[in-house]
Amino acid sequence: MTVATVPGRRVRVPRRYVPVLVTAALFLAMFAAGGIRYEGFATGQIILNVFIDNAFLLVVAVGMTFVILAGGIDLSVGSVVALSTMVAATLLKQGWSPWPVMVLVLLIGAVLGLGMGAIIHYFEIQPFIVTLAGMFLARGLCYTIGTRSIPIDDPVFTAFAQTRIDLGADMWISPGVVVAAAVVVVAAYTLHYTRLGRNVYATGGNEQSALLMGLPVARTKIAVYTISGFCSALGGLVLSFYMLSGYGLHAVGMELDAIGAVVIGGTLLTGGSGYLFGTVLGVLVLGLIQTIISFEGTLNSWWTRILIGLLLFVFILMQRLITARRR
Amino acid sequence: MAPPAPILRMKGIGKQFPGVKALDGVDFRLLPGEVHALMGENGAGKSTLIKVLTGVYDIDSGEIELAGRPVAFPGPQAARQAGISTVYQEVNLCPNLSVTENVVIGREPRRLGRVRWKEARRRAAELLGRLDLHIDVSAPLSAYSPAVQQMVAIARALDVDARVLILDEPTSSLDKDEVAQLFRVMRRLKEQGIAILFVSHFLDQIYEIADRMTILRNGRLVGEYLTSELSQVDLVAKMIGRELADLERLEDRPPAREGAPLVEADGLGRSRAIEPFTLTIREGEVVGLAGLLGSGRTEIARLLFGADHAGTGSLRIGGEPVGLRTPRAAIRHRLAFCSENRREEGLVPDLTVRENIVLALQAARGWTRPIPRRRQDELVAKYVSALNIRPADPEQPVRNLSGGNQQKVLLARWLILEPRLLILDEPTRGIDIGAKAEIQRLVAELSGGGMAVLFISAELEEVLRLSHRVGVLRDRRLVAEIDNDERLTTGALMETIASGAAS
Amino acid sequence: MTAPAPAPASVPASVSPGRRLLGHRLFWPAVILVALLMINPVFTDGFFKVELKDGHLYGSLIDIVRFGAPLILVALGMTLVIATRGIDLSVGSVVAISGALACLRISDLGDQNSAGGVLAAAGVALALSVALGAWNGLLVAGVGVQPIIATLILMVAGRGLAQLITDGQIITVNSAPYKLIGGGYWLTLPFGIVIVLAVLALTAFLTRRLALGLLIESVGGNAEASRLAGIGARGVILTVYTFCALCAGIAGLMISSNVSSADGNNAGLWIELDAILAVVIGGTPLSGGRFSLGGTVLGALIIQTLTTTIYSIGVPPETTLLFKALVVTVVCLVQSPAFRAKVFHRRRRPAGASPVAEEKVRVSA
Repeated sequence: MTVATVPGRRVRVPRRYVPVLVTAALFLAMFAAGGIRYEGFATGQIILNVFIDNAFLLVVAVGMTFVILAGGIDLSVGSVVALSTMVAATLLKQGWSPWPVMVLVLLIGAVLGLGMGAIIHYFEIQPFIVTLAGMFLARGLCYTIGTRSIPIDDPVFTAFAQTRIDLGADMWISPGVVVAAAVVVVAAYTLHYTRLGRNVYATGGNEQSALLMGLPVARTKIAVYTISGFCSALGGLVLSFYMLSGYGLHAVGMELDAIGAVVIGGTLLTGGSGYLFGTVLGVLVLGLIQTIISFEGTLNSWWTRILIGLLLFVFILMQRLITARRR
Repeated sequence: MAPPAPILRMKGIGKQFPGVKALDGVDFRLLPGEVHALMGENGAGKSTLIKVLTGVYDIDSGEIELAGRPVAFPGPQAARQAGISTVYQEVNLCPNLSVTENVVIGREPRRLGRVRWKEARRRAAELLGRLDLHIDVSAPLSAYSPAVQQMVAIARALDVDARVLILDEPTSSLDKDEVAQLFRVMRRLKEQGIAILFVSHFLDQIYEIADRMTILRNGRLVGEYLTSELSQVDLVAKMIGRELADLERLEDRPPAREGAPLVEADGLGRSRAIEPFTLTIREGEVVGLAGLLGSGRTEIARLLFGADHAGTGSLRIGGEPVGLRTPRAAIRHRLAFCSENRREEGLVPDLTVRENIVLALQAARGWTRPIPRRRQDELVAKYVSALNIRPADPEQPVRNLSGGNQQKVLLARWLILEPRLLILDEPTRGIDIGAKAEIQRLVAELSGGGMAVLFISAELEEVLRLSHRVGVLRDRRLVAEIDNDERLTTGALMETIASGAAS
Repeated sequence: MTAPAPAPASVPASVSPGRRLLGHRLFWPAVILVALLMINPVFTDGFFKVELKDGHLYGSLIDIVRFGAPLILVALGMTLVIATRGIDLSVGSVVAISGALACLRISDLGDQNSAGGVLAAAGVALALSVALGAWNGLLVAGVGVQPIIATLILMVAGRGLAQLITDGQIITVNSAPYKLIGGGYWLTLPFGIVIVLAVLALTAFLTRRLALGLLIESVGGNAEASRLAGIGARGVILTVYTFCALCAGIAGLMISSNVSSADGNNAGLWIELDAILAVVIGGTPLSGGRFSLGGTVLGALIIQTLTTTIYSIGVPPETTLLFKALVVTVVCLVQSPAFRAKVFHRRRRPAGASPVAEEKVRVSA
């Protein structure tokens, strides 16, 4: 990057990287602290385990990143994840073969997202209330299909669940992690190297300007909700590999974890600024909190929520300061 | 020497909005390689003309020719593709994106769907180079000053072979050096044969950069002139709408007053809004502010009321130094301010006439001390009849009232506070003649009763009829304070506005 | 923009009583409620029968109000928040925290039936609720965080706090005075209904008798105009978030008292969504401004009746969520100006519509 000298502009660490750097530092500090405090913590497998246990969250958070970057919010993701596990489990039980099931599940997620996006854009209703209705709808559909947990015993799904992909040096990952990694790579490419991705940033930065600049704002807004719906469905599939069951109470409150991961990853909730890499870090931080709490033993699981809330507070405050200084 | 053929020609343009004829038979032409200023006061039709030209509105009558061929644009996008690009007052770019992206987004160079950033940066740098701007194109736009952002907007406009560039008030948020930089760019573009349509409220800037100007008034064409052949006084007269010879002294001028100083502003100012000014308003005195649109009239009012924070200077009220950080503080010192922007800064449209009227009084008392309903009804009834508010139904939502009656509701809101200084910003704009006369009469009465009034209006006659003293503004500077005696005429005021010095 | 907006449609001076009834803002919510109620007698015998047994009122209608009481409370607070153009997502967490703290204090009492001890426990729980509300209000009004984000923090952390208080257990109490709050009777009426009436009266007093309502509607209707009229919006916003949390705290006491236990995880789950729904059904727009307490009560009753009705007609209760989704969508669509313009005014001249469209863009920026 060549930096031409311009009078009146100081060159320093670009401010837009600050939130991601803070998150990265936080992650490293947590990892180091864990390593010092607990035996057997500072191994590569610990981090891989975080990925294995949170692969579905990562996939969902990627979709959420698109929505938040475009200046919206999607509260329906948790319910869509649950619906996906439910649809998959039910159809498999009825003897469908696994591949068409996966295609159908992904399609349902994308169509739900598409519908919500269209209502948000064309009828100018706040995204929060539309996706809230979507949340009710998807959860309601789950319960309509069934209120019990439905086990999955399809061989393909179990294969996905039980396969260990060896990375050497006693480290391994699950196929779900591979899926998540692929999603992250594709999404990062889309955000940084395609017009759609740049339009997402532009729309989130200033929707009116984007319109006046002649960008397809309508298509972009609808696209991000469709992507989020698709990612939720994919996250649902990854979760059903992980849990080997479909249940209407899966992923309750997951929308909060996803939003939390995106915010802690440094993406501005007002849209237009943030990186997918930050979201990956955000998911890692959330996962590491859980790991540390389980290592600690005496701390209980609810500390996770409190700590996440605290982190949210700190990062939102930081965002506020950054945007205030920019004005 | 024969002028070159116009690149753009508009003939007999008419545009009607419900209840208003925004444009009526306007002709306009633009020559290649010229800077052409479009002049006019509020409601003259400037922005409507620009919107018609760029396809935001369609026209009711008339025709538009671009390079000799008739055109009709369905939207701004089509206009831009045909070579007519617009840069608006507030920079319409995305500050979160890099300079490169702001220049090329929507037209990024791609290979197999992948954006080629290197190529994009090269192109952005090249376009900015054409404007003599050499900056780091990979930095976010928000890292640069408004002037540079403005240039980036221009560079974006030039990316598609622009033949006509419309600059709609590009200088209103720029400082002196930034304006100079912009003008250098405009001259350069002019040399490249681009026709520039320029809108600005600053007369000095017009005379510095424009070759030719077209003046509109009330939706009609006043005329097209070469800048070098039209004096500033004539320009102001044509914009405001009277020939100097027609202006007679007004008969009913208020007698001079000698009250104690109430509000004394000393060097009060705010960067990019109003140069530091010194102004004293005495008890019972009506001080008029005269000046063209955008000359800083409203900015003075907002500073005095604490609606904006002053960057420099001090303020004394009744001899006591005060720092007005909020309108709340100003109200506590018994100042009141009727904004010119009734819809956005005045009324709460959902609330009723009664609620809008008692709002400021209730706010001053706090919510724990409600105004008894009977007292509310008395107050409201008193002002509804005193100001002749129609319909005389206090429970009607205020949104259902006409502009003049809404204005009276706002006035009533402040009058029940019995302020010591009432600031009225364009209180008679956009309301019917009857209501206008009523409001003028009211101002005279209030001042007779000892209230000081700061009266801002674009209509010089009105200012002269009501004021004891007139402050004249030009290009965001208070250039003169003139006692309203028999020597002062609208003509003299216009000359002051045009030349910037008391005559 | 110099283009004038179209003249406002003035209401003709003489409106027939029928039209005035149709135009009343509570008309449609009331119709929906009555229609829902009318479905029930088909499936439940004696649905409308209210009888006096042992000096207590019994009947399906009474049950609807009684079970709907916590929702009405939360929705009342939410109404004021929404009227300022805000939203409070944390009410569910506050419900859980308040119930948890009260039950914890009572379980620590030597004599769980001591009225003084129970009052003190309830007082501490409500004081904490108020503090949490003030925290939300400070973030919104002081720091300037968007309401949805600011309250998201407490929504996430609050569940953890509630579990921290209960130590992850379900605290069971055996206290007659505490049981009274959610399950008892007072002067023939279920005590929950009495509390709702009291809070409703208090809210109406604060907003309509005192001038809080006027200032709230002004801030929500036009924030800049309110600032210029000298309204201290920060104080108003702080007040409504605090009040909203207080309402949620009372609802929390009621819910935990009804089951004599505190469950940090599930108490008040989804109540924020139901409350928002109740407010919206009641005719208070999410964009702030005019609010209607009566509408909110109707909205909450509609939601409760919907639940009851679904039980009584034998549809699996789990499908309630589907109906709610449907209701939210329909209500929001009907409230959306864009929807109305697109669906009902198709034939309007496009030229006239374009300036309006521009304004909308400006608003959303």
